[in-house]
Amino acid sequence: MTSLGSANRGVRDAGPSGWLAAPALFFFLAFAVVPLIGVVFLSFTSWNGLGEIKLEGLSSWTTVLTDPVTGNALVVTAKVMFFSFIVQAPVSLLLGVFTAGGQKYRAALAVLYFLPLLLSSAAVAIAFKALLDPNFGLGPGFHLPILAQDWLGNSDLVLFVVVFVIAWQFVPFHTLIYQGGVRQIPTSLYEAAEIDGAGRFRQFWNITLPQLKYTVITSSTLMVVGSLAYFDLIFVLTGGGPGYSTRLLPLHMYLTGFKANDMGAASALGVMLIVIGLGLALLLQRLGGKNRNASQLEGA
Amino acid sequence: MASTTQLPVPPSSATGSVAEKPVTRTKGPGRLRPNLLGGLGGWLWLAIIIVPIYYVVITSFKNQAGFFTSNPMLPATEPTLDNYKLVLENNFVTYFTNSLIVTLGTVLPALLVSFMAAYAIVRGKGRFLSLTNNLFLLGLAIPLHATIIPIYWMITRAHLYDTLLALILPSVAFAIPVSVLILSNFMRDVPNELFESMRLDGCSDWAMMWRLALPMTKPAVITVGIYNALHVWNGFLFPLILTQSPATRVLPLSLWTFQGEFSVNIPAILASVVLATLPLLVIYVVARRQLLSGLTAGFSK
Repeated sequence: MTSLGSANRGVRDAGPSGWLAAPALFFFLAFAVVPLIGVVFLSFTSWNGLGEIKLEGLSSWTTVLTDPVTGNALVVTAKVMFFSFIVQAPVSLLLGVFTAGGQKYRAALAVLYFLPLLLSSAAVAIAFKALLDPNFGLGPGFHLPILAQDWLGNSDLVLFVVVFVIAWQFVPFHTLIYQGGVRQIPTSLYEAAEIDGAGRFRQFWNITLPQLKYTVITSSTLMVVGSLAYFDLIFVLTGGGPGYSTRLLPLHMYLTGFKANDMGAASALGVMLIVIGLGLALLLQRLGGKNRNASQLEGA
Repeated sequence: MASTTQLPVPPSSATGSVAEKPVTRTKGPGRLRPNLLGGLGGWLWLAIIIVPIYYVVITSFKNQAGFFTSNPMLPATEPTLDNYKLVLENNFVTYFTNSLIVTLGTVLPALLVSFMAAYAIVRGKGRFLSLTNNLFLLGLAIPLHATIIPIYWMITRAHLYDTLLALILPSVAFAIPVSVLILSNFMRDVPNELFESMRLDGCSDWAMMWRLALPMTKPAVITVGIYNALHVWNGFLFPLILTQSPATRVLPLSLWTFQGEFSVNIPAILASVVLATLPLLVIYVVARRQLLSGLTAGFSK
């Protein structure tokens, strides 16, 4: 034993044993990798959640891919993804720049801006359900008939309501990311611009925005990939309705599996979700990677 | 695959400081002249944020008759605590305790195994460790909740359905990729010379991990802990599919079931929302900076 110990001490760069990573690896394999393989396997079976699991070949896939509800879920998911990004990205960027400023009132506002981060999605959904009630919420409260719509019951409006509530919940998070990014920009850049007589807009366009390149990529990736995870908020707020108008892919998967008891089809939807998520992450990485190299060259 | 999934953390994170540095800005955009546009937008967004919160709080103090007759945007003329009493009498303490058990039961083991893995990945060598690291990075890019059906199958097969352990086990696994990534980013900043000198003093890796790496990365450990705790505390999907009875119900799920139980008693439902948010609000008031840096974890570094 002693000779072994001293031998180890002699080899300075041996590093720690890989066993230190084993517990984390075990957890991840058991509850993430095995389920990942499992979801692919289950998509080729039929199972009602209780009884036997039967191998069925491609029948779940044919069901899912020919079901118009799946197509609709994909369209609704894409719409929510697109509008969420269009709304959240500019608002978070502006609020991030705004709250990064040193003024006291801005710091005070920021304390309030971040309050939604404390609420669970279920809490946000329940709050908005009450607030958007046409009889006991916003409309009668402000005596504005235009606010007394059947926000959650009107299939033309509900998608935008969902986008708004998602923005309400997630803009503070992205504001925080942008605020951190802006605060890392060297103030000397602004001082130089000030001397050159650049106005506020020019400073924003020529200094703030280019300096925030990485932050924009990070925040945008989280926004886009994150929109594949909108489940609890929509589940509690609309349940996917009215009709199928807010039935996004994750919700469609849940309802197919745990309400319609078709776990095979739900697994096929799960595989679709994984493929789309991975594809988007790769795509955004490629776009981001290019930018990253370009900006490194500029810096040189 | 590895490089494809490193995106969430900007490259600057590698050079980011281990210790939290308070950022002081003496000069910045908009200091010389008032920024009218920014100010206007700022106040408008404040209204958007505050109106729903204000509505929830004032309504939770109304009695049911007051809710149906009074102006929804005005505070109750006769505020009542009955709604809070009703929520507290409906197992709220059980749900709160369950949430606490699941959160601590997830975060502490997740931190422990992730810290050990991060140490091995940063300090160690070899194919095994780099493969492990790549696997965790892949986990960041995959929407893991898409695997709820096999997880449900595994949990029912293991006879863990409707137990708190059923929530803890997959939550630990899901917390590992981001925890390892952030912790290893911070661990790379610990100067190599410190490890070398401890090695010369005859310290084992186990000792270096606890006596050098842990103290040096403590802010990151706290940050990651807060990040995971918030996600687990507010988590809804696992409780929804893996538990059933009131005895194992956690807070976010209880809000949803209160909705069914209290049906038209909106003030009571909103009182449950306030009560469920109160613990985090207290933490926010006491330790805002830590909480906010925990929320974005490594994302803004």
